[in-house]
Amino acid sequence: MKTIEIKHLWKEYGDNIVLEDLNLSVKAGEFVTLVGTSGCGKTTFLKLLLGIETVTRGKILLDDEPLVDEPDATRGIVFQRYSSFPHLNVVENVMLGEEFESSPLFGRSFGKKRQAIRERAIKILKRVGLGDAIDKYPSELSGGMQQRLAIAQALIKNPSILLLDEPFGALDPGIRADMHELILDIWKETKLTIFMITHDLKEGFHLGTRLLVFDKRRHDPDQPNRYGATITYDIPVEKTDNETLDEITGSMSNKKQEATL
Amino acid sequence: MKRLINQHPRRIGKILLGLIPFLLILGVYSFASNERLEINPNDKLMPAFSTMADSMHRMMFEPSKRSGEYLFWTDTSSSLKRLGLGVAISAFISLVVGIFLGIIPKIRAGVAPLITAVSLIPPLAILPILFIIFGLGEVSKVMLIVLGITPFLIRDTQLRVMELPEEQIIKAQTLGANSWQVITRVVLPQILPKLIDALRLSLGSAWLFLIAAEAISSTSGLGYRIFLVRRYLSMDVILPYVVWIAILAFAADYLLRRLSRSAFPWQITATREAK
Repeated sequence: MKTIEIKHLWKEYGDNIVLEDLNLSVKAGEFVTLVGTSGCGKTTFLKLLLGIETVTRGKILLDDEPLVDEPDATRGIVFQRYSSFPHLNVVENVMLGEEFESSPLFGRSFGKKRQAIRERAIKILKRVGLGDAIDKYPSELSGGMQQRLAIAQALIKNPSILLLDEPFGALDPGIRADMHELILDIWKETKLTIFMITHDLKEGFHLGTRLLVFDKRRHDPDQPNRYGATITYDIPVEKTDNETLDEITGSMSNKKQEATL
Repeated sequence: MKRLINQHPRRIGKILLGLIPFLLILGVYSFASNERLEINPNDKLMPAFSTMADSMHRMMFEPSKRSGEYLFWTDTSSSLKRLGLGVAISAFISLVVGIFLGIIPKIRAGVAPLITAVSLIPPLAILPILFIIFGLGEVSKVMLIVLGITPFLIRDTQLRVMELPEEQIIKAQTLGANSWQVITRVVLPQILPKLIDALRLSLGSAWLFLIAAEAISSTSGLGYRIFLVRRYLSMDVILPYVVWIAILAFAADYLLRRLSRSAFPWQITATREAK
């Protein structure tokens, strides 16, 4: 289990300051949801955690060690789409992670080893509700099933951190509710640390243990990129109520108006 | 009446509609040929179908007086051998080079400008160089095909690799894949059907280079024969040969399409979804 410590993090692209002076400490097993207007840097923050972007200044520490600056098996990811491999069927998609480990040269396993991996994969697939679809290709699955598959793929590697980038953004409301239930159950069973981006503030209020709102503290209408965003609200989810919801919504829409003016 | 843009021919109607232009061409040719032969029975420009049939019968089923070979089949087999070898070598080179260019940024930075430069050289312009280096034998002909179509295939493969969603490459890494595993298990299987598509497109150029090389220096081959009998104005051989080349090209395209479908069943549903 890993704790994450972020100290005075800045992320800049040339003159464009995306994140400024961001400090955060996350204990192992927390379920953190990230919300904010589009372009507020929450996706950049997730990319930093994933290791596909590097910090400009500051530190991200994982158990007091600097974070590895490329993606690896400690951090699982589920994107909004394209998370599964179209040329592999459902069970092969899930087996892939284990096969990479079992054979560095070919990334394929054979015989008994393969059978064992397959059985593990099927077990995980049953857990996420895809037990009946193991021979299908991803393109034959509905949107919700594809996201279930993406979660199953990540789970087989037992990552300590699971990153979710608007995983349910493209799904119907009914299916989204099912997926919330699934991800909460999985989180309780596995004690994973989860970071989830959502554009739906209510989703953030409902899921997880902690809600982070990304926004700009200062704003220069003439130079919108002069100041970066940081965490403006950091609320334990049990303390969320309608007043807070209104407050955050208000603060975010005010900024938006300023920006458009 | 429905609008024209909404009227679709039925299956049989579609086939018949497709046949009409071919029948029309045959009809016009046969009429014109008759007219010319009536004025001058020795006219060579538009031989009758019967003359072509006689010539082809001779080429196919009677051994040549000089070499004892069945010329039509010797020509076909030497041309197909050159074409197949050239296309196979090109496919292999472009698969390897294209994948590495597409997925490894440092290799791309080092090699891509060279590939672009080479692809700008008209291959026929370096045919003399090939003849000088490799002699007038088989190697230079195969090399012309390889040099002619490989740059296009490499660049196409590279672009297809770079088109793969970045999410997939990242996902594979979070599943613990190293660079080599990303190539063998994520990139390669998804690129193979796209390479076949690119091969189908480049077959036309491959034929062009084959015929060009055979026309200049050869002792057998479809292109060689056409250019040889041109001296005697033997349209009765040239026309059937041209049709035969078209049939072979069509068959190669059809076989590649079938191969792509049967070897990569996953892409059928994937493309259906994309539509």
